[in-house]
Amino acid sequence: MERFVLKNFTLIRTVIAILLGVAISIILIVVISNSPGYSLKQFFLGQLLSRSRLGNIIEFATPVIFTGIGIAIAFQARQFNIGAEGAFYLSAAVATAFAVSTSMPAILHIPAILIVAALTGALYGLIPGILKAKLHASELVASLMMNYVAYFLGLYLINYHFRDKDAGFLVSFRLPETAWLGQLVRGTRLHYGIFFALIAALLAYYFLYHTRLGYEIRTTGNNQSFARFGGINVVKIIILSQMIGGAVAGVGGMNEVMGIHHRFNWQLSPGYGWAGVVVAIIGRNHPLLIVPAALFLSYMNVGGQVLNLMSDVPSELVAVIQAVIIILITANAFLKQWKDRITIRQAEREEGVHEPAS
Amino acid sequence: MNPLLESIFSPEFGYAILRVMTPLLFPAIGVAFSELAGTINIALEGVMLMSAFTGVIVSTYTGSLWLALVCGIAAGLLMASILAYFHLRLKANIILGAVALNMFASGMTIFLLFIITGDKGSTSSLASLVFPELEIPLLTSIPILGPIISGHNVLTYAAILSVAFFYVVIFRTPLGLRIRAVGQNPHAAESVGINVNRIRWYALLLSGFFGALGGLYLSMGYVSWFSRDMTAGRGFIAVAAATLGGNLPLGTFLASLFFGFVNSIAIYIAAINIPSELIQLIPYAVTIIALAVYSVRAARRKRKRVDAESAPEGSA
Amino acid sequence: MQNILEVKDLLKVYPDGTIANREISVAVEENTIHAVVGENGAGKSTLMKMIFGIEQPQEGRIFYRGTETEIRNPHHAISLGIGMVHQHLMLAPDLSVAENMVLGVEPLRRTLFLDSDRMVRVTEQISTENGLAVPARKKIRDLPIGVKQRVEILKALFRNAELLILDEPTAVLTPQETEQLFKTLFYLKENGKTILFISHKLREVKQIADRVTVMRDSRIVTTCDAEGLTEDDIAYLMVGREISHDRIPTGDAPGEVKLSVRDLSYVDDDGLPLLKQINFDVRAGEILGLAGVEGNGQTPLINALTGLLSGTKGEIKVTGESIAAMSPRTIRERGLSHVPEDRMENGVADVATLEENFIVDRYFKPRFSRWGRLLWRIISEHSRDLIKRFNVLARSSKTVVGSLSGGNIQKVVVARELSSDPTVIIAAQPTRGIDIGSEELVHNLLKEARDEGKAIFLVSADLDEVLKLSTRVIVIYDGEIVKHFETTDGVTGPDLGPYMLGVKREEGAGGTIRP
Repeated sequence: MERFVLKNFTLIRTVIAILLGVAISIILIVVISNSPGYSLKQFFLGQLLSRSRLGNIIEFATPVIFTGIGIAIAFQARQFNIGAEGAFYLSAAVATAFAVSTSMPAILHIPAILIVAALTGALYGLIPGILKAKLHASELVASLMMNYVAYFLGLYLINYHFRDKDAGFLVSFRLPETAWLGQLVRGTRLHYGIFFALIAALLAYYFLYHTRLGYEIRTTGNNQSFARFGGINVVKIIILSQMIGGAVAGVGGMNEVMGIHHRFNWQLSPGYGWAGVVVAIIGRNHPLLIVPAALFLSYMNVGGQVLNLMSDVPSELVAVIQAVIIILITANAFLKQWKDRITIRQAEREEGVHEPAS
Repeated sequence: MNPLLESIFSPEFGYAILRVMTPLLFPAIGVAFSELAGTINIALEGVMLMSAFTGVIVSTYTGSLWLALVCGIAAGLLMASILAYFHLRLKANIILGAVALNMFASGMTIFLLFIITGDKGSTSSLASLVFPELEIPLLTSIPILGPIISGHNVLTYAAILSVAFFYVVIFRTPLGLRIRAVGQNPHAAESVGINVNRIRWYALLLSGFFGALGGLYLSMGYVSWFSRDMTAGRGFIAVAAATLGGNLPLGTFLASLFFGFVNSIAIYIAAINIPSELIQLIPYAVTIIALAVYSVRAARRKRKRVDAESAPEGSA
Repeated sequence: MQNILEVKDLLKVYPDGTIANREISVAVEENTIHAVVGENGAGKSTLMKMIFGIEQPQEGRIFYRGTETEIRNPHHAISLGIGMVHQHLMLAPDLSVAENMVLGVEPLRRTLFLDSDRMVRVTEQISTENGLAVPARKKIRDLPIGVKQRVEILKALFRNAELLILDEPTAVLTPQETEQLFKTLFYLKENGKTILFISHKLREVKQIADRVTVMRDSRIVTTCDAEGLTEDDIAYLMVGREISHDRIPTGDAPGEVKLSVRDLSYVDDDGLPLLKQINFDVRAGEILGLAGVEGNGQTPLINALTGLLSGTKGEIKVTGESIAAMSPRTIRERGLSHVPEDRMENGVADVATLEENFIVDRYFKPRFSRWGRLLWRIISEHSRDLIKRFNVLARSSKTVVGSLSGGNIQKVVVARELSSDPTVIIAAQPTRGIDIGSEELVHNLLKEARDEGKAIFLVSADLDEVLKLSTRVIVIYDGEIVKHFETTDGVTGPDLGPYMLGVKREEGAGGTIRP
């Protein structure tokens, strides 16, 4: 038992953090709601009660898998680029512009549009990347600012050049049908984009752990001066990691437009970039763990929406719980005393196994 | 004369700069305090939101400006304490911790807003108070400058006085000396019996304090209501302003003034027929450019330090 | 005489499970210089940390001036009268000497504000009282290392230290600065202070200690009077076996030039000349030693040789080919390998596994990757082979490097750098901070490499190491080569000292290239 705890300590801590978050949500609902039993049921089980809600879980997880991977690739290189929000938004806007301006068969159109989205995201990541790699400017601050630049730029592009004036809302022209990702299950908004997300996760895993470039990114993140010393071109890697991260988030943005709305209709940035930060943290920057993390987060979010509709508790509860969970997961010393006690007990039992340190 | 230039050379424009600068200068001073102690606080976005919200609610229900001030500050200190606790005690990465807190504040304020008002947009339905504007007789009578610097909200004057306060604390008090020592070499401070975590905790509290004032000004001076996510990235721009100002009092002040200027000019240009989206992105783009320019200088200074100090001290 | 400090049966287990101290009992007499010696990892630093309140023992008792005391933290230790001069100096670089001096006990003006004048006055006063001159108003970063250490000692005295702990104080000093330090310590002893002195340099211990405590493998072996103890006795107690002090004999006559440096200069961005007209050659089958006080240009020199520094003037040739404008990787491809000065900074990624660390200079080669894909099976095999060949103590090739001891981490670095079949080896501080066993292994490996015809450039702050291994020695001072010894026979530390300190120089040494 103790050995199991030591070996899987980070996993156990993540689970405990999630349980604590859930516990807090229960307390909040009980305190606030006039009919706590009903509200709790809606929040935790309401997702499962209809096909469309089940679909919503996967629907919401899809973009978050993309942004989570985008964030994770930059984080693996220890680049605190939190610009997935902007990459997602701007790429969707630019690729929408491309999609409504071109016509070709679906088999060509869809890949071409996704490539435009990826390129946009990559170019977007290039800016904080170059500033960091060449000038040592904080990618954190730069990417924060870039989020706003991307938002206003995307908004300008759609509202001034690709706005469908007949729509009655501030939205872009509708995409040609050759650019739609087909519906997967009737009665839901599920579309083929989820497969793109899953493929992205598999590719990202393979990329990070089984390719040369992935090794270079992780080594740069583990110890940059070591990477430089070993001959890795860290300037290139710092830039590339942020470009690839931006590209993945960008594809996520357009995937969403093509699968759900079939036009660009975000007057506000939809917030999937920040959700991506959350799942990257919960999934410990590992692409294959990001998928369940995104599904979990999505389950909570759909629960929040159900709660909003069906009860007197606002959905923002979910943002609060997310914050609690990620701050607990990032707290390295959280539960550490417990772990230390076990370690010391083990060491005393098998005294002399370790070499003494000075 | 060109109407744009006319607006820029008008006293109203100067007045606007100071007005727009205030909610940047407060948090910028806060960020600078935290950065000097080696624990950068990018959670001021969240701190400001919480304080802005608390101030409006408390003033509505108690009718007391003083209570609103005290509670708003308390909210900011509480947020800073949470960050301090998680970073200093539980060893959370301070940036990720701050991302969590910003998310928390955004969600929590809307959550409570809905619980209290039944609205998720703003508190415009509530009769909240604002901090008064001050007419200082001596200032008003100064030619040209008079209309620019007089008649501001009391918190605007407080922000400018805070620059002096910042200078005195950092360079003239033991706490400031310790904050600087802790930021430069925490082991050195620890070795003479200074409790590094406690000093960092103080620095983060100071950052929370100034972030709180910035938030209070936003909802009880700049405008007279709270609206969801009303900070609109000011907590982040404050990071840029403090960095640009080298975390020094005058530098931080000038950088905030500069950002105030850029923001004001964006508002003025919007009057002419230019897409507002393009104007609104200017301050952010300028921040990125300024960051780049500053980084070139900082990198040069740092490189000198690295080469001159190849001896191993401070590396422990 | 009375004991100022006594500890009984201390046990210290770190949270990672390492037992650093066990059954530690020792008494320190007042008004003596008491040396604690032992290999790296023997537990000396842990013991000092417990005495100074940085760490708490799990078991055991500490008596200070006869009273049992639980030393809670450094602040408490200071209030008891214990002062510590750490190995890595504890100074804030952008604060002045006076500000560092009073940090934590600042003199106040009008109860709230710093009294800058008094700060400077008390600094000057304590400096005069103890005969240790320091410039009170200067920033720490502008001072030489010896002066910084003086500030550290004064800081402890200013806080009324009666018992002064010095953790390997001579590691960063020149022989002359060391002499100066010893004079200071004798002076302090005469004035009633007690000094607890950690070292693993036996000669120094013989020179100044009254009492000696020897530690080995986290226990105390013995505590006895220094009188009558020889260096060999101490060495035997420390390692439990005789170690050879002998110089490793030089191999065959060196062959052709493999590394050549001509008129190498470097001026940094602020116009400081860090390297000035440096010339030297390293030939196949020899070890060229570079002696010098740290911070005299060694780091930029090493970085220039390995492609990590751009903007230098002059010419560097590896096997006859200029490496100007080559990337670190290309230079490595030309046959250069590099054991870095600071293994944790540059030598390894401590959160990565052994195999990930072994391949950093070779993962892209056809043997280890195909079509951009890494061949992990072959990489693991290769890593297991290196672990065995270089005697790295690790459970598997998937062990995280950070969990190994310093000596084993250095073995990982050396294993990688020597297994790439290099022509030229840059070995910087190859045995810094590792135990004697690992040190011997590294020395032997370097010697073998030399005998195989590699050209080795050895940069070390440890003069004994330079003299023991090198075929020839050059001395660097202030970015210049100031002396060239054609052989190390009969050359001793004090012969090098005046050159290292810039007191003496040989005209044209930098231009004198071995024919």
